[in-house]
Amino acid sequence: MKAFTYERATSPAKAAAAAVANPGARFIAGGTNLLDLMKLQIETPTHLIDVNRLDLDTVRETSDGGLRIGALVRNTDLAAHKKVRRDYAVLSRALLSGASGQLRNKATTAGNLLQRTRCPYFYDTTKPCNKRRPGTGCAALAGFNRNMAILGTSADCIATHPSDMAVAMRLLDATVETVAADGSSRAIPIADFHRLPGTTPDIETALAPGELVTAVVLPRPIGGSHVYRKVRDRASYAFAVISVAAIFGKDSNARFAFGGLAHKPWRTEAADAAAAAGANAVADAALAGAKTTEHNRFKTDLVRRTLAQVYAQQEIRA
Amino acid sequence: MKDSPAALSRRAVLGGSAALCAAPAIHASANAQTAPTGKTQMIATTLKVNGKDVRLTLDPRTTLLDALREHLHLTGTKKGCDHGQCGACTVIVEGRRINSCLTLALMHDGDDITTIEGLGTPDKMHPMQRAFVTHDGFQCGYCTPGQICSAVAVLDEIEAGIPSHVTEDLDKVAFSDAEVRERMSGNICRCAAYPNIVAAIRDVAEGEKA
Amino acid sequence: MKFDQPATINPIDRARVVGQPIDRIDGPAKVCGTAPYAYERHDAAPNAAYGWMVGSAIAKGTINSIDTRAAEAAPGVLAVVTHANAGDLGKGRMNTATLLGGPSIEHHDQALALVVAETLEQARDAAKLVVIDYATGEGRFDLAAAMRGATAPKDVQGSPADTRTGDFDGAFAKAAVKIDQRYTTPDHSHAMMEPHATTAAWTGDKLTLWSSNQMIAWSVGEIARTLKIKPDNVQVIAPYVGGGFGAKLFVRADALLAALGARAAGRPVKVALARAQIPNNTTHRPATIQRIRLGAKKDGTIEAIGHEVWSGDLPGGGVEVAALQTRQLYAGKHRMTKHRLAVLDLPEGNAMRAPGEAVGLLALEVAMDELAEACDVDPVELRIKNDVQYDPEVGPSKPFSSRKLVECLREGATRFGWDKRNPKPGQVRDGQYLVGMGVASAFRGNIVMKSGARVAIDGKGRITVSSDMTDIGTGSYTIIAQTAAEMLGVEASDITVRLGDSSFPASAGSGGQWGANSATAGVYAACMAMRSQLAQKAGLNAEDALFEDGMIKAAGKAIPLREAAGRDGLSVEDSISFGDLTDRYAQATFGAHFAEVGVDVYTGEVRVRRMGGAFAAGRILNPKTARSQVIGAMTMGVGAALMEELVVDTRFGYFVNHDMAEYHVPVHADIPEQDVLFIDELDDKSSPMKAKGVGELGLCGAGAAIANAIYNATGVRLRDYPLTLNKVIAGMAKA
Repeated sequence: MKAFTYERATSPAKAAAAAVANPGARFIAGGTNLLDLMKLQIETPTHLIDVNRLDLDTVRETSDGGLRIGALVRNTDLAAHKKVRRDYAVLSRALLSGASGQLRNKATTAGNLLQRTRCPYFYDTTKPCNKRRPGTGCAALAGFNRNMAILGTSADCIATHPSDMAVAMRLLDATVETVAADGSSRAIPIADFHRLPGTTPDIETALAPGELVTAVVLPRPIGGSHVYRKVRDRASYAFAVISVAAIFGKDSNARFAFGGLAHKPWRTEAADAAAAAGANAVADAALAGAKTTEHNRFKTDLVRRTLAQVYAQQEIRA
Repeated sequence: MKDSPAALSRRAVLGGSAALCAAPAIHASANAQTAPTGKTQMIATTLKVNGKDVRLTLDPRTTLLDALREHLHLTGTKKGCDHGQCGACTVIVEGRRINSCLTLALMHDGDDITTIEGLGTPDKMHPMQRAFVTHDGFQCGYCTPGQICSAVAVLDEIEAGIPSHVTEDLDKVAFSDAEVRERMSGNICRCAAYPNIVAAIRDVAEGEKA
Repeated sequence: MKFDQPATINPIDRARVVGQPIDRIDGPAKVCGTAPYAYERHDAAPNAAYGWMVGSAIAKGTINSIDTRAAEAAPGVLAVVTHANAGDLGKGRMNTATLLGGPSIEHHDQALALVVAETLEQARDAAKLVVIDYATGEGRFDLAAAMRGATAPKDVQGSPADTRTGDFDGAFAKAAVKIDQRYTTPDHSHAMMEPHATTAAWTGDKLTLWSSNQMIAWSVGEIARTLKIKPDNVQVIAPYVGGGFGAKLFVRADALLAALGARAAGRPVKVALARAQIPNNTTHRPATIQRIRLGAKKDGTIEAIGHEVWSGDLPGGGVEVAALQTRQLYAGKHRMTKHRLAVLDLPEGNAMRAPGEAVGLLALEVAMDELAEACDVDPVELRIKNDVQYDPEVGPSKPFSSRKLVECLREGATRFGWDKRNPKPGQVRDGQYLVGMGVASAFRGNIVMKSGARVAIDGKGRITVSSDMTDIGTGSYTIIAQTAAEMLGVEASDITVRLGDSSFPASAGSGGQWGANSATAGVYAACMAMRSQLAQKAGLNAEDALFEDGMIKAAGKAIPLREAAGRDGLSVEDSISFGDLTDRYAQATFGAHFAEVGVDVYTGEVRVRRMGGAFAAGRILNPKTARSQVIGAMTMGVGAALMEELVVDTRFGYFVNHDMAEYHVPVHADIPEQDVLFIDELDDKSSPMKAKGVGELGLCGAGAAIANAIYNATGVRLRDYPLTLNKVIAGMAKA
């Protein structure tokens, strides 16, 4: 971990201003991913702005019946929140399937969205990685890529986004609210928040330098039957091999988002549109354009099978 | 964080210390030479560890885990992976279990921290510690303090109605072996005393109910 | 004391303390966090500086240059050690690669430098400032590709690499039923919870190492050899070891670097390997490719049994002895085993819990399941049918000292409810799960090792046992206290046990599941000497004396031990050494594993629902700690079956998934209830304790029972471990 200076922010706008004033600054909240990466010098901020004590840790109802989730709401609290349990169960379920109890107690809503990939080459500073050091190449392309992305990949990066929560947020059409150094705020639809790797896999989100996430807003509840199915290599405390988030509504309407497949939570209009046609049709639509390797080819089959399971259980429930 | 009165009062207290930290005390010492970046600072912080206020002057890079082990010599909290992958460093901060390896000590200025040493001593063990001995809930002992801190907090989490991945109805949270297994999964035991740990926790849970 | 005749009735047979399920005597210290591990010796080395290892970024090649100037100039840095300034170093006999590399590099993450600083944060940061310019060489990293060039090792644990009995080829060719399959197991990481760690301090020429190590006496010699100093000048201390599983059998880089760092910095230095450094810097269990051929009569009687093993290691390394159990486990007139070693430039392969059997049985016991199906014989019955009470390579002249495999299979099957298993695969469905049961035999050789101890009674009558034996979670403290208590007629709580210090008598140490039996036998020997001296001082005949209630009783007299020992107390030392009983008798431990799994019919996720096992391993010294050893090993078997794999990147020559997030071991949620039954057995040819090892037995075969259960659940036969969901769904798609 490189030496850094440290300050505690007193307001979101001041935090953003401090970040702009200190090139190389990073916000720290839960710290569960940032410190992990700083110890390995994958992240090397020279200044840390501790935002933990900002008043961003509440969940409040919005005027149109949705929820505004403060950026600092811990994963445990969000999952346990009464309204989230009742109206956005897919979000509770996604959160509870992630990490461990200890990590969920610390990890925040914004931090969870901003998690970086678990690609082992990204994590190893002795190996090439375009995300960590642009221009060095992608070691995963022809390496150990069983867990890597099959959708939206590029010749420069096949990393996945590791979050479960973000998949549910994507399914729920959440909006990310931010504040900039000049005090201005904006709302970014979650679909636009995470980027595909393209030729700049090091740029992962739509955030501008110094821009601070202040909240994630969920639109009013849409009801339906909520499912988060995470498939993993051990029973708990493991990242998803793949995951399927779904909400089944009335009249065969449904929507789907997927984790473990891409550089961002994966959701397509075509897949949602195919809901009435069944699991295979949804899989076909969602997987259109999939590009697999010898080691992660199974993911297409796994998506198909997991969707079939999600549908089958839906029928049992119905 | 839930908006409990405790949380509110904590924030109020910290409002003051945050102002203080905006102009951190910088101490010159042999350990705090200027880094190549010219930015090393030493920062004073106060932690409430096992009920006692302790004032430390730390390199900001110091994790809570290293502050406990290397500065306060509270070596009961273990470093297994230092990256949140094993749970050996679990301590209870403001009533919640966290991985002390993935948080900076400075981020806990004013926080109430309970470590394994604060739960009990060999002469006066916490019921959970005693249950671990009775059920042989450990072997090499290295993950044990983390398991025990986690176990104590898990019972509180169930009591507080916080659901888990295996909770069928998110609104009905109750003790079961399956709940314990899921909730304890962030504490890896390579000696694998898992069934014994579950038995120890079950014992304590039943004792608390009785 | 020499143990060269079968044991007769002795004080241990009273089984008043030995054999009782008492709580660990080191328990309170461990659950309260007061037990000090190697990196935690603020008491002994209060001003220790911090060392951080720099590992090689390449797998093979040489260092062109190493520039330490920036690191040396960094804040707080006290010293930087590299091959260039470390002085003349030797190599331990048990290390394959050197512990401090340079200029030549033998494997990825081989230690190339140590940065010592005032604080951990400074050392870790400065380590990144060491600039190394490499000349990358060509390495061999692919076992499958290197298999053809593999050669026969000189020997495998003192026996020939290849064995042949009868006419294997002829008998196999003629057999009515044949199984001929290839199995693979990947590289495994010990992944003990405490990283390799050492605190080192020099006082003049004398070096003290507080080191996380399983084998104290070995390590004294090895560190002396490496540093080229006298063994008398080395003290190694390890009262608590946070798990080892073989990873800490040998001196590793943490110990050498701490010693070198302390010398360079002129003060104590402590070094812990970072978790991510461990898989590539230290040792691992090597991957294997195995071919098994079984030729049997239609009724399942084995006529020909053949097991061939290929594994790789660095030049000068060893083979994974995965065919050893096949020499002794089942009958069959015509037999062959073969071990071949390929040269690979991956990190050093070496012992991990039950080397040989742990992976050998992953193959053999699946092959047996395949044979059972081919013969339409119940898998439990097939194993019973092929039981043999003598070493089948030698004949009836070499019987087993004790062998209760059949009892294990029968009693284990009954307890598990094996009769409810549907022999036809893919028939049992529970919701979204396909459910199946599997069985496998457990086998692990019984090794005995010379072991010493000191027993002392002080003027107040307190008894202390000292030995350099280690307790790596195995329960050594407790069973040693039980042994001494039994021998001297007191309670376990009357005994103080001091372990893990090279100033104490050398013991067997912890490895190869020899520790418990050998070390307690050493304590038995020392206690016999103590009994004799106490009796003598009391003017009694030791042969007639009864030690009970804290007294020596004979000739109508009852004298408290304290009195007999006298005001100055008494201290005696002895050791046990072993004669040729291990040659005259085949010695091994046996068991039977049963597993029930649920396989998600959609996703192929395998979850273990129940495990049970029955084990025969001589006298069980403490059923509570022994059971913990067994369930822990069974869980490691779950890991081997379902998730554990160090993935080799053959381009860079290293293990890619080198931390605990990516190298999966089982967590709480993976492990259901585990049932363990110990079969009554005393083995009088093993030691005066009549015990055998049990710490590794629980791993041997456990994973195969799971593999067989997966087959029973799904009809998918998998032979390449770990049996991850992608392999399961590929199989289900074909079925």
